Amino acid sequence: MTSQGPSEGENNPSNSGAKSTSAPVKRREPEVQRAAVALPPEGLALAERLPEAFAAHKVEIGAAIDEVVCRVPADHLVDVCRQLKDDPTFGFDYLRLLTVVDYVEQDGEFEVVYHLYSMTHRHKMMVKTRLPERRPSLSSVTGVWRGADWYEREMHDLFGVEFNGHPNLVPLVLPDDFDGFPGRKNYPLNDYEEW
Amino acid sequence: MTENATPTNMGSTVTQVPSPEPGTVDMMVNMGPQHPATHGVFRMELRVDGEQIQDLVPHIGYLHRGSEKLCEHESYSQIITLFDRLDYVSNFNNELVIVSAVEKLMDVAPPPRAELIRIIMCEFNRIASHLLFYGTFAIDMGAITPLLYNFRDREKIQALFESVSGARMMHNYFRVGGVKQDVADDFESRSLALCNELEYGIGETDRLLTENEIFLERTSGIGVISGEDALDWGLSGPVLRASGVPYDVRVDEPYSRYDELDFGIPVGSAGDCWDRFYVRILEARESVSIIRQAIALMEPGDTMAKIRRIARPPAGEVYAHCENPRGDLGVYIVSEGGDRPYRLKVRPPSFCNLQALRDLTVGHYIADAVVILGTLDIVLGEVDR
Repeated sequence: MTSQGPSEGENNPSNSGAKSTSAPVKRREPEVQRAAVALPPEGLALAERLPEAFAAHKVEIGAAIDEVVCRVPADHLVDVCRQLKDDPTFGFDYLRLLTVVDYVEQDGEFEVVYHLYSMTHRHKMMVKTRLPERRPSLSSVTGVWRGADWYEREMHDLFGVEFNGHPNLVPLVLPDDFDGFPGRKNYPLNDYEEW
Repeated sequence: MTENATPTNMGSTVTQVPSPEPGTVDMMVNMGPQHPATHGVFRMELRVDGEQIQDLVPHIGYLHRGSEKLCEHESYSQIITLFDRLDYVSNFNNELVIVSAVEKLMDVAPPPRAELIRIIMCEFNRIASHLLFYGTFAIDMGAITPLLYNFRDREKIQALFESVSGARMMHNYFRVGGVKQDVADDFESRSLALCNELEYGIGETDRLLTENEIFLERTSGIGVISGEDALDWGLSGPVLRASGVPYDVRVDEPYSRYDELDFGIPVGSAGDCWDRFYVRILEARESVSIIRQAIALMEPGDTMAKIRRIARPPAGEVYAHCENPRGDLGVYIVSEGGDRPYRLKVRPPSFCNLQALRDLTVGHYIADAVVILGTLDIVLGEVDR
């Protein structure tokens, strides 16, 4: 990037033919675009109803391509999840996926993402919450959806997020004596010591 | 005894002999990770009272390779090869998930012919995966024969795969925006001939097992899970449908060109091992019908969309999922622009299905635990990732 244009052309012997006279082609870096949002009708209906239903929980409503995204403060998460499951107009009875995204480099925070689906209404949404980098912990949703059990254990292994109230938060995918959180961005991919 | 005992005049008391109670203790039995009936490197710790299971603790992670972390360091086209290695008996279905997720993020549509080739490959792969299930499931119960028939048929499917993609497994054939290359000229006739053979083969398995008295004794009423519990545990695929929940991603959130095809969703009623087996027999038959319809729709045309060779999706996040032979396989991608994902997380159906194992097995015999685990049809490559 810092090297001068003409010298770069000379250093490259394969490029010394017809192209040597013209200025070197600068690599075009595409601009970062945002994916377009196109909510389906049931998603739009959901996005309208959510702020009213969860006014007490300081939720923020957004969207990601075809899904409604609801951002919830960590201490309100379980209440919101329980209401989303128990309220028959939402009826989110199926936890598809629970995961953690490491945004520590950008914002110093982890994001926990819940992908929900309703078998009765056939609609879907994401619930997100942010956790600080130091001692990330939040309440477990195993009491709401039992299927969260292994997901939370896995995320505890890989990201070191504590799920308070989880019945059995022991290592699942990693050995019991494993040190470190290999899911995090600051954990090296290759240069670890072998045993 | 006491009524008949004559009272003693010496002031001594009569003591009652306690009724016989067995002084047994519970025993810990370890199964796996090298046990053939655990279908891979899966370990379960059983606490048994005689033959009866009192408690079960599943242990996974023996095959954990950190695939998701690895994906963050690879370009999207390289990730396709990693997805091949998740559920290594239904490779095409895995590839479809990652390519459709990136396509959804980039908002590109593959050409119609490529979509149909994908559907045909995925449905053949579903049959191949189910054939493997029938065989290994029968072996779990001590029946060797069905496996030989099923492997004969599965080999024919893999020969077709080899002619299309160049590989029997680990195809790396789907691309973001289409498929690697068009199929050969004789593909359609070959597929249709194979459909007939498979239909016969599935029927053979059906006749061998489904109404066999020993098979029924071993499977019906074993490992029952209600639809409500199945949803609570996040089960999907044939395991969920056997419990009476008609959830199939191909119908509920149609992807590719499944909305143009006419097929049924077999649903069980009891939610026991027999239902989970028979749902898969019916599902394989539906797959044969889907392949025939898809071949009828095939028209000549491009097999690759006009997009840049290196996929650079815009920043954003996407969740895409497809109906795998084992259930609802999903992928959540967080992109920050660029040619590799910022975060990638797989929703592995085997992982979710395996969670319910304890609930299904407690109270049954050890031999039934093997059968129940067989009906969950796990692939450890996907459970551990």
